Amino acid sequence: MIFLTVGSELPFTRLVKAVDQWCGINKQQKVFAQIGPSGSDGYRPINFEWEEFVSPREYHQKYNQAELIIAHAGMGSIITALEMSKPIFIMARLAALHEARNDHQVATANRFSERKGVIVADDECAIVEILDQWDNARETVEIDKVEPYAEERLIRTIREFILSS
Amino acid sequence: MVDSKIKKLLNIIFHNSKYLSGEITLLAIASAGGHWVELRRLRPAWKGCKVTYVSTSANRKEELIKEAKKNQMDIPQYYTVIEASRWEKAKLLRQFVQIFIIILRTRPQVIISTGAAPGFFALKIGKLLGAQTIWVDSIANARELSLSGEKVASSADLWLTQWEHLVEKDIKKMQLRYEGKII
Repeated sequence: MIFLTVGSELPFTRLVKAVDQWCGINKQQKVFAQIGPSGSDGYRPINFEWEEFVSPREYHQKYNQAELIIAHAGMGSIITALEMSKPIFIMARLAALHEARNDHQVATANRFSERKGVIVADDECAIVEILDQWDNARETVEIDKVEPYAEERLIRTIREFILSS
Repeated sequence: MVDSKIKKLLNIIFHNSKYLSGEITLLAIASAGGHWVELRRLRPAWKGCKVTYVSTSANRKEELIKEAKKNQMDIPQYYTVIEASRWEKAKLLRQFVQIFIIILRTRPQVIISTGAAPGFFALKIGKLLGAQTIWVDSIANARELSLSGEKVASSADLWLTQWEHLVEKDIKKMQLRYEGKII
C-alpha cells in the first residue's frame, strides 16, 4: 500500500491530482490518502480511498502498513518516514500557487534530498515519473536509519538549562 | 531592582511545589503535526521532570501512554487546546484562555515549545508568572524565523533556531542561539 499525506492545514490539489491520475492508469496500485480540507477547486480523488483527516493513531497505522509514503514537504511527514524507515517521495508546496503561506517547504525539500530514502519531486510531472519507476526501485531502495531523538548537543543544551532553572 | 525582587517573590510563591517535591515541573507545548513531532524528539532533555504536555489534538495522548507503559514510567499529564490559525481571532482567544488556565493549574517552572501559536501564548504567560522559558524554532524555518518565533523573543530565556546562519540575522540582539537540530 502507498500512503499519500499532505497535512491538515491546506489542500494540495497538485499532488493529490497527479497521484490520482497515475492510479487511474496503474490500477494494480493500492493507495490510501489523507488529503486535508477541500480547496476552492473542490478536487476529490476517484481512483483511491481517501479521508480529509485521520487521527494520529490511524496515521501511524497507515505509515506502518505502507511500503511507500508520498507527501508534501512537511516536517511531520518527513521525520515520521525517517523514524519508521519508510521511503518517502516529497513535493514542496508553493506560495505562488497558494499551497502554503511561504516557500519554506522548498528549503525543507532541498535539505532532505540528501538523505537516503527521501526522493524529491520538483513538480507533478516528476512525481509521476518517479512513481513509474517505483516498481523497479522498491527492491533496492536504501533508507537512512534515524534515531528517535534530536542531536545530542541540542538535548544537552536544553537539559542543562532545565536543570539549572 | 524592585521589579526583580517582586518577580523573585512571585516565583517562590508560584513554584512552592518545587520545594516540596524536589521535582522540576515542565510544560511541553506545541500544535499538532510537525511542531509536535519536533517537540517529542527533544524529550530526553526533560527526563525525570514532572511533565505536562499540551497540544491541539486529543489523540496525542495515546502515544504518551504507550511510551510510559513501555518504559514503566508515570504517564505524563496531557491537555488538549483548541486548534487555531493566525486568522481565527476568536479561536486564538479561546486557546489563550485555555493555556492560561492550564499554566495556573500545573504551575510549571520551565516551559518549552517548538511552535506555533500555543507555544507563543504559553511562553508569554509563563514569563509573566516567573517560569523559565525555552523556544526552539521549527527546523522548517530555514530562511527566517517563524512569525511566532520572532515575536516570542522577549519572553524566551533560551531562544534557539535550528539554522546557524539565522543567528546573524538577530539584528535586535536578543541572543538568538544555534545549538543543533532536532534531526
